[in-house]
Amino acid sequence: MDILTTLKDTFLDLDAMLAALPELLRVGLPNTLILALFSALIGTVLGMALAVCGLSHRRWLRWPARVFTDVFRGLPAAVTILLIGVGLAPVGLKIWGPNPYPLGILALSLIASAYIGEIFRSGIQSVDQGQLEAARALGFSRPSGMRLVVIPQGVRRVLPALVNQFIALIKESSLVYFLGLLASQRDLFRIGQDAAANTGNQSALLLAGLFYLVITVPLTHVVNAIDRRLREGRRADGADGADGGGGADGDRPGGEALPASFALSQEAR
Amino acid sequence: MSTEIRSQTTAGADARRRGVAVATRDIHLAFGSNRVLRGVDVDVDAATTACVIGPSGSGKSTFLRVVNRLLEPDAGDVLLDGRSVLTDNPDVLRQRVGMVFQHFNLFPHKTVRANVTLGLTRLKGLSKDEAAERAHHHLERVGLAHKADVRPGNLSGGQQQRVAIARALAMEPEVMLFDEATSALDPELVKGVLATMADLAAEGMTMLVVTHEMGFARSVAQQVLFMDHGRVVESGSPDQVFDAPRTERLQRFLSQVL
Repeated sequence: MDILTTLKDTFLDLDAMLAALPELLRVGLPNTLILALFSALIGTVLGMALAVCGLSHRRWLRWPARVFTDVFRGLPAAVTILLIGVGLAPVGLKIWGPNPYPLGILALSLIASAYIGEIFRSGIQSVDQGQLEAARALGFSRPSGMRLVVIPQGVRRVLPALVNQFIALIKESSLVYFLGLLASQRDLFRIGQDAAANTGNQSALLLAGLFYLVITVPLTHVVNAIDRRLREGRRADGADGADGGGGADGDRPGGEALPASFALSQEAR
Repeated sequence: MSTEIRSQTTAGADARRRGVAVATRDIHLAFGSNRVLRGVDVDVDAATTACVIGPSGSGKSTFLRVVNRLLEPDAGDVLLDGRSVLTDNPDVLRQRVGMVFQHFNLFPHKTVRANVTLGLTRLKGLSKDEAAERAHHHLERVGLAHKADVRPGNLSGGQQQRVAIARALAMEPEVMLFDEATSALDPELVKGVLATMADLAAEGMTMLVVTHEMGFARSVAQQVLFMDHGRVVESGSPDQVFDAPRTERLQRFLSQVL
């Protein structure tokens, strides 16, 4: 009984939670969302650039993209965040003043872009080569064909993996606490942790964890929903359902009688 | 007003449907040490159809891709209307040469109409309305105007291939290339696609058709070319090629496919 009571007091102290709640809502939640959103945006743009460069026929585009990807995927996130956030701090101080967020966002973006770039690259590569060939046969240049025909299809296929990466990013954003945050700059984790450290009671940290779950769990369901749509229906391609009944016999464009790898990737839509 | 515009665009399309002559001179192409094309000479007169037959691996599809320069030849020349096109901008050349593929290669993320209008708005500079108008005209010709708002994935293979033909024709090409256009189709769907192709030939398009459909070659083509090991081994009228093959290789091929 003693143990249970102790556990309850440590983790489920409602007073401690209520004490931390305003700060978590007012300061922590916005900060975490700002960190995650901006890094996701920048990481997605950078990731697309990395994917396109990584698939280029030009070695001087392909190689830097590969090296960049290897480095930022290979380094522990904490190392990258500290190297950039602390290492570039003097530069950042001149530009933004004593705010660790821009550099934190930069570091998170670089890490995310390495992963997102690989996700995009695999998606783009999974698109049947006949698509680019058909675009070029109409008179489109290779870059136009990639932009208008191949990349939109590739991105659609990797949306679930992309959302997973965003979830990882939301969690990783807690690592910016390494950079030393002023009271108003603290994110969910830091506020929970500070409260826990001050009171010796973990309830505030548990509440912070719940905040993360409130953001991430719905996203995992978004992933599942996208995944199901991609797996089950041709609606995955954005078909409007105006003619959902026809062609249920596997008559997919480019899907049949192709080399197995292509056929599989087509099915994976 | 709108009917007037339509009749004008239709008249323009019909005037341009008369194809131009295509010829290749001593085309060579190797992938590494694999010499796929070893001196291919072809002459297709304007507004005629030439069928290319031959065993798989003989270089037929590769040859077709050299004609619109999806593949650049190592040596030789490609002539359109008697003029070399190897120094032309390849993207502009490909607007003059339509191509239809074995696996249709429709863009699955776009509607049937958008498949047809993409090149018209982006490459030909047509307005959205003009492009939709022309798309409707060409989809109607292949009997699929009522499917304009559907995604290709909801169509049968035969319907998809006819959309692909409409997509190519909407660009108003001077030559059409067909790469085994019916090979991926269920048998009952082949006929409709072949009929569409025969109509096009009758209207005066210049067509270069790689096919396994010997019946089509015999009834539609003015010229049949037999390729083997990267060369045109024998060519002539359908009667000559099918009824009086001169070479032993063609005789053996025909005995296997007929």
